[in-house]
Amino acid sequence: MKYSARSLFANALSGHKKWPEQFPNKDPKKQYDVIIVGGGGHGLGAAYYLAKKYGITNVAVIEKGWLGGGNTGRNTTIIRSNYLYDESAAIYDHAVDLWDGLSQELNYNTMFSKRGVLMLAHNVHDVQSFQRHVHANRLNGVDNKWLNPEACKKFVPILDISNNRHYPVMGGALQMRAGTARHDSVAWGYARAAAQLGVDIIQNCAVTGIKRGPDGAVQGVETEKGFIAAGKIGVSAAGHSSTVMAMAGLRFPLESYPLQALVSEPVKPVLNCVVMSNAVHAYISQSDKGELVIGAGTDQYTSYSQRGALHVLEHTLMSICEIFPIFKRMRMLRSWGGIVDVTPDRSPILGKTPVEGLYVNCGWGTGGFKATPGAANLFAYTIANDHPHKINAPYNLERFVTGRLIDEAAAAAVAH
Amino acid sequence: MFEIHCPYCDEKRSEIEFAYAGEAHIARETNADQLSDVEWAQFLFYRDNARGDHCERWWHQHGCNMFFNAVRNTVSDKFAVTYKMDQKRPSVKMIEAAKNGK
Repeated sequence: MKYSARSLFANALSGHKKWPEQFPNKDPKKQYDVIIVGGGGHGLGAAYYLAKKYGITNVAVIEKGWLGGGNTGRNTTIIRSNYLYDESAAIYDHAVDLWDGLSQELNYNTMFSKRGVLMLAHNVHDVQSFQRHVHANRLNGVDNKWLNPEACKKFVPILDISNNRHYPVMGGALQMRAGTARHDSVAWGYARAAAQLGVDIIQNCAVTGIKRGPDGAVQGVETEKGFIAAGKIGVSAAGHSSTVMAMAGLRFPLESYPLQALVSEPVKPVLNCVVMSNAVHAYISQSDKGELVIGAGTDQYTSYSQRGALHVLEHTLMSICEIFPIFKRMRMLRSWGGIVDVTPDRSPILGKTPVEGLYVNCGWGTGGFKATPGAANLFAYTIANDHPHKINAPYNLERFVTGRLIDEAAAAAVAH
Repeated sequence: MFEIHCPYCDEKRSEIEFAYAGEAHIARETNADQLSDVEWAQFLFYRDNARGDHCERWWHQHGCNMFFNAVRNTVSDKFAVTYKMDQKRPSVKMIEAAKNGK
């Protein structure tokens, strides 16, 4: 069924009780051409693009929990592409290109809102670094511009730009093409569109092993619902990528950290864009429901527990209140944690692995959501063609041996 | 927030006094100049990222300023044992015994 104003009206007449299910919950077949491990936005998107663009429809997505229950449903939904290096600009801007028009393509409202992302500079180093970013972005054709403190204040009226603050605002880099989207919608939209093209979506089915033949190539996966054969396996398991890759006997340059976020009680519209402050590790936006959505920095230790320490949130809220004194009396409703897989250079690994037939899309760390459509498309391309697209070719595993790192962390944009 | 037992202070202190310092027992090879790029990459970048008991270094930065090692379960976040830098990695048996409070 195609979603439209007409179908909405027709279903309203029947009290919204006759909407068909969005996608069936399938039991696995014995064999697939491609199995995607991980039913988040990246995995579901890869399955969709495999079927839609690259003509491979005998595909299954296998998810341990429920769709989008991992980092897809736990992030702060920020989308932007103002990264410093050429490789990063290419991959993140590819994603933003696909975010544009994604709702129409999937016939599912992903609520992509280009409200702008303002990254604040609090000291001279920030100012110089962000201006360098703006120039690099413009050379790469990526939208980004520099605002002085008054222009920041004009764009975000509730910002405190007085210079007696702990974190004075000395300017900001504004990307107007950036914004937020509805995270659950992205997972469900890709799932529905993929299922319509013949992809099987299998939930509540953990992968327990990866079977390799005598030649070393993959033969399929062991799961809670039995063995499923496949010649190609794509792993898109975020924080658990290390454990899944270990099933194929591979060690990876990844560490998994808790990353926390929290939301406030809903209030009337007060914050018109996304405001980020890398120096103090705080990001804030207001959801369409009116809640302030706030992201913190990672905890310092590795963990798979999906929770973090309170002092990390306290530090973030302290910063938020310094920048926006108006929020001092807001009450927080809930907080949660996700597990993010971080690479040494803070850039993802997206491509082939040393095992034949095994592909990986991991290492997105604290910033995977924004890349969802781009990463999914490039992952599908890599799996279908057995070689990477030129955009994701630099994001190979070999870079940690050759030293050709894409070192976004050192470029001061630590927050992703 | 963790309460972490510093083996040098022999006291349980709040996590905010400590800094995490990565996986423990990764020794730099003495013949580093003879290592291949692959071996060097393993030393620099590749980690166990264990899901379960994990040996890791902590630094009592705002306390005695000493580095020490710990075994922590990365699923439950519970510390089994902390030990001084010159002590060996505890065996599985010792970790289990520590978890049972022996």
